[in-house]
Amino acid sequence: MSVGLEHYLVVGAILFGIGLFLALGKRNAIGILMGIELMLNAVNVTLVSFSRFADSPRPIDGQVFAVFVITMAAAEAAVALALAVAIYRSRETISVDRINLLRW
Amino acid sequence: MDEPGVVIAFWGLAAITVGSALMVAIVRNLVHAVLFLVLTLVGVAGLYITLSADFVAMVQILIYAGAIAVLMIFAIMLTPRTARDNSETLFRLPAIVLGGLVAATIGLIAVSTEWSEALDGPFPATATLLGEALLDPFVLPFEIASLVLVVAMIGAIVLVRED
Repeated sequence: MSVGLEHYLVVGAILFGIGLFLALGKRNAIGILMGIELMLNAVNVTLVSFSRFADSPRPIDGQVFAVFVITMAAAEAAVALALAVAIYRSRETISVDRINLLRW
Repeated sequence: MDEPGVVIAFWGLAAITVGSALMVAIVRNLVHAVLFLVLTLVGVAGLYITLSADFVAMVQILIYAGAIAVLMIFAIMLTPRTARDNSETLFRLPAIVLGGLVAATIGLIAVSTEWSEALDGPFPATATLLGEALLDPFVLPFEIASLVLVVAMIGAIVLVRED
């Protein structure tokens, strides 16, 4: 039984679904951030598998995109975790359903 | 890819990755969730190796499993014990439905599409190719990425500084 492009794409789709559930459903801001990281990883899996399997004149480009996504994920994680710590200092909580100062 | 070693590695790594991603969603303790997230990220790095993307796999382990995981553990330890539960809000059921629907849609489309696959085989070694690509066609995004990293680091320092 051989492993092809579809197998990797299905793994990426499952990871994206789990990450979407975490990002939408979790109460803790750090849990939501974990979901976002999981979604970025799912997209990276599909990018790298396309770079390995797809018919393209420059097949390495998918991996270059994956490297850029990892870079942006690092920047985003640093800023988001700093925001979580800053919000905790001023509001004494990082539960997103209790950070409701701007609620209508 | 028909080599039995690659096939066995793919199924094992896919099971580890998806299983520990599910555990991130299931466990109630945020510290345990971070540890399962690290396992997921290492599994994804293994998947990159089966795709012959050795450099991306090393970057994945260094940055995700190293730096981002440590950053998350720091953020958890800087908030008190009472903020360490990992439960869901009222959106739990819609989130499960939406995540399942998105995963099913992407998965079914990926399976039913006729991809035009190249028969080049695996890359020999990707670090040289990646370096040439980053410094020739992608030099402007490369420089912008370094600028974004500097801005993000300064922004994080300013945000958490006591004044």
